[in-house]
Amino acid sequence: MRITQGTFSFLPDLTDEQITAQVQYCIDQGWAVNIEFTDDPHPRNTYWDMWGLPMFEVRDAAGVMVELAACRKVYGDRYIRLSGFDASHGWESVRLSFIVNRPANEPGFALERQESEGRNVRYTTRAYAAQLPEGERYS
Amino acid sequence: MNAIDKRDSRDRYTAGVMKYRDMGYWQPDYEPKDTDVIAVFRITPQDGVDPIEAAAAVAGESSTATWTVVWTDRLTACDKYRAKAHRVEPVPGAPDSWFAYIAYDLDLFEPGSIANLTASIIGNVFGFKPLKALRLEDMRLPVAYVKTFDGPPTGIVVERERLDKFGRPLLGATVKPKLGLSGRNYGRVVYEALKGGLDFTKDDENINSQPFMHWRDRFLYCMEAVNRAQAATGEIKGTYLNVTAATMEDMYERAEFAKSIGSVVVMIDLVIGYTAIQSMSKWARRNDMVLHLHRAGHSTYTRQKSHGVSFRVIAKWMRLAGVDHIHAGTVVGKLEGDPATTKGYYDICREDFLPRRLENGIFFDQSFASLRKTLPVASGGIHAGQMHQLLDLFGDDVVLQFGGGTIGHPMGIQAGATANRVALEAMVLARNEGRDIVHEGPEILAAAARHCLPLRQALDVWKDVTFNYTSTDAPDFVPTASVAG
Repeated sequence: MRITQGTFSFLPDLTDEQITAQVQYCIDQGWAVNIEFTDDPHPRNTYWDMWGLPMFEVRDAAGVMVELAACRKVYGDRYIRLSGFDASHGWESVRLSFIVNRPANEPGFALERQESEGRNVRYTTRAYAAQLPEGERYS
Repeated sequence: MNAIDKRDSRDRYTAGVMKYRDMGYWQPDYEPKDTDVIAVFRITPQDGVDPIEAAAAVAGESSTATWTVVWTDRLTACDKYRAKAHRVEPVPGAPDSWFAYIAYDLDLFEPGSIANLTASIIGNVFGFKPLKALRLEDMRLPVAYVKTFDGPPTGIVVERERLDKFGRPLLGATVKPKLGLSGRNYGRVVYEALKGGLDFTKDDENINSQPFMHWRDRFLYCMEAVNRAQAATGEIKGTYLNVTAATMEDMYERAEFAKSIGSVVVMIDLVIGYTAIQSMSKWARRNDMVLHLHRAGHSTYTRQKSHGVSFRVIAKWMRLAGVDHIHAGTVVGKLEGDPATTKGYYDICREDFLPRRLENGIFFDQSFASLRKTLPVASGGIHAGQMHQLLDLFGDDVVLQFGGGTIGHPMGIQAGATANRVALEAMVLARNEGRDIVHEGPEILAAAARHCLPLRQALDVWKDVTFNYTSTDAPDFVPTASVAG
């Protein structure tokens, strides 16, 4: 399966040229671009690991692309996403977030059901990959 | 300060009937205070009725007055409590109607109560005989009053954070047929649409608990569908479970059940009434629940320009009352919606400060004092082929709901959902790259369809579907008028 978190997951994987254009868009809006990676793609895993701090000072997408290349070199077998953070009043959150790197194989999720009273079911979503310890999941 | 104090009070309070304008409800020199509520009404007086007297009557009947002089006014600080019509001007291009601006002192209103606000402003006065018709066009709600409301329980930003969805409109679909599906079959539609790529599915306004499907059955099957789709995609999904019911007790029971089975969103209809909406908003705030409002019934009083309440006023009230989603029109779809007027509704939902913009029907500067934002919903007769227009009109903070445009896809519901999602992502990507999506839209969609068969099919089926009818509720002012004003 292909996890479809992020803004552009239904499109073919973005080329570096396309990624650069989106990064420049974020920068031009005044948003700080952030690189994060994970090997736990659970939909409620909010805190992916940060590749350094959000790049508040970088004004050129090329600078972000250098960092992305460095991140890929270390964590190229994991999910990597870019996000644009808008610190302006009334938003103060992420504006755009999209996946730029995926593991070669995405085994997906199991849905576990615990039957309880009155036909109620308690659902648990479990990533197959996350059954292994962190760092060993997609290698 | 006003005419009354200076006049001989014996004349003013002699038993009998006198003109409203002479009772203190017309004060052309009055400067509204920052804390006043100001309403602008479109008034159409009966033949022979002076517009100023009509405006004063509206001010009187929506505040302290009755049809005759009462001496008990003198037991109160009556001048403070009288609403003051202070400006009457002709409606451009409509010789028999007038805009009347009326200011109300803040003390007239109970804090945090839409029911109380509306009981004054649209209470008795709409049936007043000397008027042929009356429409509440807009209101300026002072910050002092705005701050007495909690507003949306979740708001656009927190909803996006909770759903982990940024940078694009959200996508939804209303389950069709609206009525008749069993719970099991209903859940099938939800599963297919969510798995195919939508973020939300939605109960329709009249799906409550009927012989063919009781609410509890629907909720359970829907949550099976939501959880299956989440596991299949790795994305958070939701379905608006409509908890509208006959009593508050029933609604609370349904909402509690929705919470207990893990739904992120519940839904109510406008017809439950302002008080019930505020109660459900407080419930949603206590329970971290997104609250979706379907504006069922609004067209009975919002659509005709001569009489009723403009939807922009309803939208303001609903943001104060505290709903996270509100249907606000599509412009290009099957339901009423002039583009300039609809933009005004969207701004009311999403902006923290709105400047007066007559060309969008916005009569006053309005601050929302950091009240959370309501996410507008565009729903009704829209399809993937219009994606460039929809994104251009509404930007990112909107839910685009394709009901027929998902479920009616020739290859099935999943394909319909995928077509919409691919069209949307391709359009956002292109916009961010700096392309002119309004003009290049069809080309961008065609290019995206080359790697997506479902989109190609959707574009083929619906390419010629448009709903071009004259709007009944267009602004009265053209852009140049607002610059001058």
